[in-house]
This record gives sequence, structure tokens and C-alpha cells, in this order.
Amino acid sequence: MPYETEVGVFIDSVLHYFSSTVQQPAQCGTPFLALSNGPDVYDYSGLIRVSGSRTGVVLFTASKSMLSVMLMRMQETDMSHDNLCDLVGEIANTLSGNARRDFGHQFAISVPSVITGRAEPVEFPANARPIVIPIDWRNYHARLIICLQ
Amino acid sequence: MPAAITHRLMVVDDSNVIRRRIERANDLPDIDFVGAARNGVEALALHEQVQPTIVTMDLTMPEMDGAECVERLIERDPNIRILVISALSDKLTAMEALEKGASGFLCKPFTDRQLNDALRKLIAD
Repeated sequence: MPYETEVGVFIDSVLHYFSSTVQQPAQCGTPFLALSNGPDVYDYSGLIRVSGSRTGVVLFTASKSMLSVMLMRMQETDMSHDNLCDLVGEIANTLSGNARRDFGHQFAISVPSVITGRAEPVEFPANARPIVIPIDWRNYHARLIICLQ
Repeated sequence: MPAAITHRLMVVDDSNVIRRRIERANDLPDIDFVGAARNGVEALALHEQVQPTIVTMDLTMPEMDGAECVERLIERDPNIRILVISALSDKLTAMEALEKGASGFLCKPFTDRQLNDALRKLIAD
């Protein structure tokens, strides 16, 4: 699958996620290749490990304030740290899982792991460059980072 | 006039946000929420306690995944109706879930309306 098509699959998943779950559209900016192997992340990051037909990671990262507002839009009253972790992991899981529609059944994904804060380094595959998809929703910013071999 | 059947709903998903959302979003008067589990192992234990008649089931979960749990629940109760709700949106995954005994498949992400439509279909079939 061409690079542009692969990125397009994830952009479509992001747009569909926001319109379905929080009923407010998001916009995706121009994707770019990260200059370093460790692109910047926000307060909470949900990480999915990919195996099978492709290997690597898919990571969704967002600020605490953005995730809190998303929970409110979902009528959720529990804004605890645990629930913010849960949401960011679930978003990463959903965006990765939806990609199977195009990548196929052999695109196997792990259960999500969650990274909080920016101090903890995210391990990306050494021989693949992360692609960053900027996401704008209301006044908030998030990123979907894809690093697949 | 015959009494209306009340369906007993168990929600199985490793995400607390999703479990609570499904519980909240269900607006069908003939469906009572009876409990929630975080994985297949918890679901089998909870099944014994609350005897659900319908289940929403995630697939990707730790401990025991949803596909195995569907099989185990159908073995115990062939009449139980299971709606698989998963982000794994390829056709083969949906077909495998149905072959294991699930009665329906709903892709994440979903709107409240899509969830209620799927639950309505589940109890109507």
C-alpha cells in the first residue's frame, strides 16, 4: 500500500472517531516525518504494538485538558487520572483496530499501554521513521504517531 | 396481555470509559443493566452470578479475549445473545465472531444511536 494511502487510512479513522464519539469534527494537519526517533508527546499517550503483516507502534497522544473535555462530551463524570489513561488507551486501540479494514486481518494489535507525562521515552522501532499526524479538535491539539516497518 | 420480556444486559470491555458509556447510552426500557466485566475471565464469573440474557463483548482484552469468551458463554447458554463491539473492523474478524456464536457485530467507534439500534436488533432477532 503506498505511503500516502496508509497515512490516509489513519486520518480517516481519526476523523470518524471524533465525529462518532464526541460528535464534533476534528481536523488533521499535514502529516510529517519526525526529525528524531522520539517525536514530542503530550500529557497522556496510548500505545499499541503492531505485529503480523506489519510491525511497529501506533501512538495517540493528547493533553489532559483535551481528554477531560472529550470525557465530558461523552457524558462521563469521572475525570480521574485512571479514566484519562483509559480513554487515551481506548482511542489508540480504536484507531489501530479500524486500520485493519484496509491493512487486513494479519495486522495484529496489542492491548493498549499508557504512558503519562513527557519524561518517559517512547520506544519506536529503530529502523523506521515515525510519521506524525497533527490533530486539532476545538482549541486542543493531539497527535497520532505511526511507526511501522 | 403477556408480560413484556425484560432482557438482562452484561457489558464486557477492558475500557471503563466504554463500559460506562454502554450502560449510560442504553435507552431501551426492556433492557436492564445487570453488571460489567473487564475481560473474559471476569465475564465468565459474573455470568454465573447475574445470569445475563444479552451481552456486549469487546474482542481485544487481557486475560481472556472476547472470541474465546463468546465460545464459552455459548457453551454454557446457547440462548444467550451476544453483540460483539470491537475496533477490529475487518470483515474476517466479524465473520469469525459470528461463527463462534455471536449474534451481531458493531464497530467502534459508535454513536449512542448506533448502539441502541444494534441492541434493539439483538433482542428482536
